Amino acid sequence: MSTTPIDAVSLAGLNADPMLPRPYRVQRLRKETPDTFTLDLEPSSAAAAMAFAPGQFNMLYAFGAGEAPVSISGDPAHPATLVHTIREVGAVTRALHQLKPSHTLGVRGPFGVGWPVAEARGADVVIVAGGIGLAPLRPALYHVLAARKQYGKVVLLYGTRTPADILYLRELQQWHSRFDLEVHVTVDRAPGEWHGNVGVVTKLIPRAPFDPQSTVAMLCGPEVMMRFTVQDLERRGVARENIYLSMERNMKCAVGFCGHCQYGPTFICKDGPVFRYDRLAPLLAVREI
Amino acid sequence: MENLERILVEHPFFQGMKREHLDLVVGCAANVRFDAGQFILREGEEANEFYLIRHGQVALEVFAPERGSITIQTLGEGEILGWSWLVPPYRWKFDARAVELTRAIALDGKCLREKSENDCALGYELLKRFSQVMVEHLQAARFQLLNVYDAH
Repeated sequence: MSTTPIDAVSLAGLNADPMLPRPYRVQRLRKETPDTFTLDLEPSSAAAAMAFAPGQFNMLYAFGAGEAPVSISGDPAHPATLVHTIREVGAVTRALHQLKPSHTLGVRGPFGVGWPVAEARGADVVIVAGGIGLAPLRPALYHVLAARKQYGKVVLLYGTRTPADILYLRELQQWHSRFDLEVHVTVDRAPGEWHGNVGVVTKLIPRAPFDPQSTVAMLCGPEVMMRFTVQDLERRGVARENIYLSMERNMKCAVGFCGHCQYGPTFICKDGPVFRYDRLAPLLAVREI
Repeated sequence: MENLERILVEHPFFQGMKREHLDLVVGCAANVRFDAGQFILREGEEANEFYLIRHGQVALEVFAPERGSITIQTLGEGEILGWSWLVPPYRWKFDARAVELTRAIALDGKCLREKSENDCALGYELLKRFSQVMVEHLQAARFQLLNVYDAH
């Protein structure tokens, strides 16, 4: 029986053992910022492409070093190439950084609940990203831009450390030149030659062009940044139930067995990583969970 | 002047201010423009005014030997620049430079300061409004100090 590519994509992973890594080959590795790189991966075998929803993540297995959860940062409409942007912070991500084109690694996934791109149809979309938090949000933006007419205003607010730490610089410049997308970038520190915004990302919220009564906000970045961002969005009038956050915890099994990423009554890996703020707010107020 | 009055009345910073106080403020206001690169304030100089930015972008800078000018914050449309006119010794603590062509309304802080000495209600109104601006800047500065992106 022949299988169309669409069928193949939609069926991928349905029968796969979630604990069994599938071999993928490195197509390309490119440096994004001084401590961040992007891996483009393709299946080693003739296996079908991995369909994924914006906001989902994979477990990447660097043989001999271990596994690390990494958000998928590519275009969900082109799942044949699996794209992950990774910050080098430990042994596994260091080993992933050492990979070269044609090298093999293991991939489990995709896992988790993604961004509410379907629920946001008809509304304004405000994407607030901090640092490498832009990577998990990029698939959502790809999706929204691919179906641009289905959404109201689309705003991307991005904050990072310095101009050298700006992720996807060329793509941000392309997005910035679009008439149907509002892009604002700010950095915490800048040398004299920087002509953009300096200050925290929340400072971009008061004047961002969106209708708070009809806005879905998607946030990803350090937890502290998201807390401040939520406050400013609420001050603008965005309802709690329309604010979504991507959470990060120590994920190991990725399917809710091991409990490493337990967050109160939820598991980040299985019930998240994307959560609606009104459901998460009581937990965010609890320290040490 | 009519145009200035309309802009000031509609600006959130002056929202809810009594007519008599607004008239005083309008009397101390003037339109100004700064070319890209032009300094608006210089550290150490007398602080006698504040600005409501109407268009453009302003960088707050501090000069460090061997490092040059470091931008600590940028301000844009609708934001208030300058509060050193309100607090002794009335000297600017930073440089402010127009990043691009910037249009603003300059308000004579020295004049308002003197009027506030004789009109406590006006002084209180101005202090309430500037306290809000200061708190927002302080919170943003603390957030910036956290270096949150390093930990992520």
